[in-house]
Order: sequence, then structure tokens, then C-alpha cells
Amino acid sequence: MELTTVWFILIAVLWVGYFVLEGFDFGVGILMPFLARDQTERRVMLNTIGPVWDGNEVWVLVAGGATFAAFPEWYATLFSGFYLPLFLILVSLIFRNVAFEYRGKRTDDSWQAWWDRAIFVGSLLPAVLWGVAFGNIVRGVDIDQHKEYVGSFFDLLNPYALLGGLVTLSLFVTHGAVFVSLKTVGDIRDRARGLAQLTGLAAAVIAIAFLGWTWSLRSDAQHIVWFVALAAVAAGCLVGGLLAIRAGREGWAFLGTAGTIGFAVAALFVSLFPDVMPSSLDQAYSLTTTNASSTHYTLKIMTGVAAVFTPLVLAYQSWSYIVFRRRIGVQHIPVTPAAT
Amino acid sequence: MDTLNLARWQFGITTVYHFFFVPLTIGLVFIVAGFQTKWYRSHDERYLRLTKFFGKLFLINFSMGVVTGIVQEFQFGMNWSDYSRFVGDIFGAPLAIEGLLAFFLESTFIGLWIFGWDRLSPRLHLASIWLAAFGTFLSAYFILAANSFMQNPVGYRFNPTTGRVELTDIVAVLTNKVALVTFPHTIAAAFLTGGAMVLGVSIWQVVRHPNRDVLAFRAAAKAGAIVVIVAAIAVAASGDRQAKVMTEVQPMKMAAAEALYDSKSSAGFSIFTIGTLEGRDEVFSLRVPNLLSFLAKGTFDAKVEGINDIQSAYVAKYGPGSYTPNIPLTYWTFRLMMGVGMLGAVGAAWALWVMRKGRNMSSRWWIRAAVLLPFTPLLGNSFGWIFTEMGRQPWIVFGLMPTAAGVSPGTTTAEVLISLIGFTLVYGFLAVIEVRLLLKTIRAGLPDVPAADGGGDNGGDGGDGPSLDESTDRPLAFAY
Repeated sequence: MELTTVWFILIAVLWVGYFVLEGFDFGVGILMPFLARDQTERRVMLNTIGPVWDGNEVWVLVAGGATFAAFPEWYATLFSGFYLPLFLILVSLIFRNVAFEYRGKRTDDSWQAWWDRAIFVGSLLPAVLWGVAFGNIVRGVDIDQHKEYVGSFFDLLNPYALLGGLVTLSLFVTHGAVFVSLKTVGDIRDRARGLAQLTGLAAAVIAIAFLGWTWSLRSDAQHIVWFVALAAVAAGCLVGGLLAIRAGREGWAFLGTAGTIGFAVAALFVSLFPDVMPSSLDQAYSLTTTNASSTHYTLKIMTGVAAVFTPLVLAYQSWSYIVFRRRIGVQHIPVTPAAT
Repeated sequence: MDTLNLARWQFGITTVYHFFFVPLTIGLVFIVAGFQTKWYRSHDERYLRLTKFFGKLFLINFSMGVVTGIVQEFQFGMNWSDYSRFVGDIFGAPLAIEGLLAFFLESTFIGLWIFGWDRLSPRLHLASIWLAAFGTFLSAYFILAANSFMQNPVGYRFNPTTGRVELTDIVAVLTNKVALVTFPHTIAAAFLTGGAMVLGVSIWQVVRHPNRDVLAFRAAAKAGAIVVIVAAIAVAASGDRQAKVMTEVQPMKMAAAEALYDSKSSAGFSIFTIGTLEGRDEVFSLRVPNLLSFLAKGTFDAKVEGINDIQSAYVAKYGPGSYTPNIPLTYWTFRLMMGVGMLGAVGAAWALWVMRKGRNMSSRWWIRAAVLLPFTPLLGNSFGWIFTEMGRQPWIVFGLMPTAAGVSPGTTTAEVLISLIGFTLVYGFLAVIEVRLLLKTIRAGLPDVPAADGGGDNGGDGGDGPSLDESTDRPLAFAY
């Protein structure tokens, strides 16, 4: 296999990892005002993701870094072209991450209420904007012969891309609700389970509409059959996940929503290949795995590094999930977080 | 202002801000790991409380370092897309490796350390913070290797067809002589910064609360002072090596550091100058004879090239244009870096002297010194980076790409203005919150540790050790 193809797949894997993992912690952040009835329950929700959200977020940093290393032209066009959405995502992540760490460092209500808002907005905006960004990548944007994005910020807010934003939002919320039901005990677990069924139905409708629309947009893509197959698997995972959460099988439900997100992202990448950023001005201007890539030597080095270290990273990150596998409930929340 | 200048201001502001937190985090994580190791070995509860106290200060900084670091990683593509296209084949690799090797390690093991007090055995919990600390080393190395390519491009060839530079030797990039001297210098400065923080906070505690945990804070103050003094020696030694390498690869930067216009043998070094540096008219200056020659070349009578000679050589080599950085800026940042940075070491030596043989500092004067101490290396770090980056100008990649050619051609002035103002406001706001939170945490003093938490006392195997029991209703040892 061409190394450019290998790296296209690896970058797809990094985005799959990012959305599957950070997807649920975005969901938990968005659901906090709706699922938690009081201060202690909010803290139960926060602590389900407490030890892992930071590691989840590194996936996007590595995805960005790997894109820079393997496809510099893609990185340059995408990041400079989607300037304002990325700026909003960055500001959101800044507030959200600081909020997680600072919220419990003081015990007065208004301090915590402000950070709760930061967590909500800081989770909501990226959850929508990443979908908008990917919608635009798949749909194609105005890229000229110099590989520069020449559209405006408002061109990015087209109906298809906005629907993409709703897809990621509804999927992440459902994924987050399932995660809360999987990681908690008590009332909140039941409520999360009920909510997951509602948002899951909405997500199913929106996601299937979006994948259908994608099919018609990219119908002449090289691997459209694989796109349809992966999209179908994603839809199947969602249906399976919803049935599982109905039956109270939270572990299976979580696998289902994780599979939905993972296969849907994979389907979008397959629909692109061998383009990485199609141009809506002229097919000849599209960025592809070959015209956007680094040299063979760089890709070879990076492949070696990835082959050695990715398994190691997966091993210790999985281990940290095992360490914190225990469910938590209101009885586990210490009186003040500052106590220790 | 045009897009180029706005993008430069944004990069400068966000980078200098980011670099307040980075060295503090690197320095503190090792000191906290040291305290925890001491507790693990001696079972002395004081060190557990110091671990938790300074651990909290470390975490408040760590999260700021992380969030401002995300901006850095995205900013190359957002504001410097032509630079990214030009060097991506080389520059992207260390960035990606940094993410894969360092960021995952730091974030996962910091998570395990924060929440793992009752989930991991004391040994594994201690290993977690050491692994996170090791991650900060890796991170520093790879990002400095990337920066060193901008200072001194190696291991590449220029491809005239694509107009880009291509990687030919990854080993050369990762063992760039600039990286090899910059890494120890930066790490030593990080220890100086962390040590000064621990020292300043501990002195403040000892003087302000002479009846509260004085023994613990005396121990911390001594540890901090020793870290500062050792680190300061390492900073000076590595800085000396660095100056010689920099004279070799970027003579213009070192000439600008002294505002030396004409090449000169046995060149002196001015401690400070009053006068117009641009106009070359000197009203008064305090000079150490022959020192510049020694700093730059290692012998007291060596010839140091001046700005004018280098400028004309560069015009011959690269074509017409100015290859001279902002001279007053490089001149003063170079001096302030050394002066302000080394003040901390003086304070540390003094503090150690005052605390000798069980004596304590009693003078209220020490409170002011304690407040100032942590800021000296922080400022020194900033001046150092401003010097090394501004001294490279007008190049973004030395000798290969001018800064003006690297900026994103597609982004509009309005977009960059929005993000520049946005980041500046957000960063300013968070700085206020952060400092207040640090002060509140410092004022609160050492946290109490519950008796059941004494994992070090029983090795973690006894009944009071960490419980891995699934069904227990016992509250979490740490929760958000």
C-alpha cells in the first residue's frame, strides 16, 4: 500500500479516536445542566470524565500534528481556511478545560455556576463546529489553484454542513448520556438511560438523513460502495445501541454509540478518498493524498514512529480506563473537593 | 496594521503567555515528584502535605499550559499557512512525535495521578507523576528540535519544483546542534523557575505564618533554593555554550545582542548603555573589556563580526534588503534575560544563608522578596525567548524563508484582528483568575491529610491502604 494511503487511514483513525472518546465527554458537558438535579449530581457527572478527558483531547492534537507532518498542504489549507470556526473551537476548549480544573478549587456557588456555564458552552460549540467543519470538508469548499481557501466564513454555514453539526451534536449527546448511565449508580443512571433513548432517536433521524445526503453529494466518489457499507454499519450500530440501552445493557449500548461515531467518521473519510479536501471550484484544484502529502522519506520515518508508539499509547490509555472503571454515585462525592 | 503584523503580534502574545506556564510546570512537576518520592521513602507526612500543596499549584498551572499549547499547535496552520506548506515535510514530524510520545503520556498519567490516590498502589501512583514529568522532558525536546530547525536548518534539501524544503535526514534534525544546546538551557531555566516558585512560596509561609507548618516549609524552602542555585549554574553554563553555537550559526543575532556595528577583536561587553543604539551614539556605557569575544568565541581576543559587515555579506548572499533585527530590542532583552534571570539565584543563595543552622528569616522584608522571587525567572524566560526569536528576524526559517513570506495569504485582516483581540482578552481574563486562585491556594497553606490516606505508612498492603474494592461506598480520595 502507498504510504500516502497508510497516512490517510492513520489520520482517519486519529479522528475516529478523537470523536469516539472526546464525543462522550463533550456529551457529558452538554448534558450537565439537563441531567443533574443538584450540585452533587453535577459533580458525579464531572467525575465520570475527570480522569480521562485530557487524554481524550490529545487525540485531536495528534491528529493535527500528524496532518501537519504527513499532509502539510491539507493542514495549511484546512487550518487557514476554516479560521474563525477553529478560533471558536480553541476558545471553547480553553474555557472548558480550565473550567474542569478550576471549578472545584473554590466552593462558592457563583464561582462554580460560572464554570458550569463554561463547561456547557465549551462542550456545545466544538460538538457542533467539528460537524460543520467535516461537513464542509466532505462537501468541498472553494479552493483555488494555489490550494488556498477563497470562500468566506459564511460559505461554511451551508445547510449540509450545518446538518453535519447537528449530527455530531446529537450523536455526542447520546454517546455522553449512555456513558453517564454506564459509569454511575442511582437516580442519575436511570435518567441518563431515559434521555439517551430520546436523543438517540433524534440522532438516528438526523444522522441517517446526513449520510443519505452525503451519498448523493459524493455519488461519483471512488469508493462509494465502501462508504455505503460503512454508513450502513454505523446506522446498524446506532439501532443496536438504542435497543441495548432500552434493555438496560449499558456496556453494549456504549459500544453501539461508539461504533456509530467511529463508522460514520470512517465512512466520511472513505467518501473523500483519494481527495483530502475536494475543491468545489474545479476538481483539478482538489487536495489529494498525493498532491498534499509529505515526501516518501518523511512518511517512512513517521510510519516507523507510529508503528512503535501507537500500541504503547493505546495500552496505557486503555489501562487508565480500567483503573477508573468503577461506577460512581452521589455517595462517592467527598464534601469538598479541596479536602484532599 | 496588516495581516502580517497582526499575525506576528498574535504569535508573540500567545507564545510568551504560553511560556509563562510551561517552564513553571516542568520545574514544579519534578519538585512535586521529588517531595512525593521523599514521602514514599520516609513516610514523613510533611512531604505528603507538601506534595499535595505544591501539586495543586502545579495543576493550576498545568491546565493553563495545556490550553494555551493547543492554540500553538493550531496557529501554524491558521496564521502561517505558507510557512506550514514550506516546512511541513520537516517541521510537522517533531510536532506529531511530540503529540504521540509526550502529550499522551503527560495527560494520561496526570489524570492517573490526580484521581489515582485511592486507585493505585503508592508505588504506581508515584510512578505516574514521574512518567508525567518525563513526558514534559520529551515534549520540550521535540518542540525545541522543531524550533531549532527555524534557527539553524539542517537535514534538508530545497526542492525547486515544489518550492518547499524536504527532509533528508531526521537524525540531523533531531540532533541539530542548536537543539542540543537549547534543550539543557531551557530545561535548566524551567528548574530555576519551578525552584523559585517553591522558594518564594515557602519563604512567604515561614515569615507570614511563623507558627504554621514551619518545619515543612523550611524543608521546602531549602529544596527550592538548592534547585534554584544548581539550575542557575546550569543555565549560565548552557547559555555560554549556546552563545558560541549561535555566533556560529547566526552571527547577526549575537552582534545585535551587543549592538556591535563594526567587527572588532577583543570586543567588550556592555552591562548597560545610555544613548541611541540606532544612531550608534553612546552617551555612557559600563563595559567589561574582552567579555563579548569570550562569550561569542571562547577566547578573550577573538574577532567578533559586527552588524555592518554581516549585513553586507548577507546582501551579497541573499540579495538586497535589511537582514538586521531590531537592535534596541535584542540588545536589551539579552541583558534583561541574564540580569533578571540570575536575580533569583542571588535571592536563593541569600535565603539559604539566612536559614543556616536552624535560623529563620524574621524580617518582614522577606515577604516582599518572596513575592518577587517567582517572577524573576518568569521574566528572564520571556526575555530569552523574545531575544532568540526577534534576533532571528527578518527570517522565519533562517536563511531560507523571510517571516513576511510565511503568513497565510488567505486570511483577512478582520479575521486575524478578531482572533488577536479574542485571545488577548481571554488570556488576560484567565491570567487574573489564575493568579487569584494561586494566591488563595498559597494563603490556605498545607492541606490536612486524612489518616486513612497514609499509604506510605503501611506500604499500601494493609487494611487502610488504597481500596480497589468495587462495591465500596467510601468517597473518592479526590473528586472535581
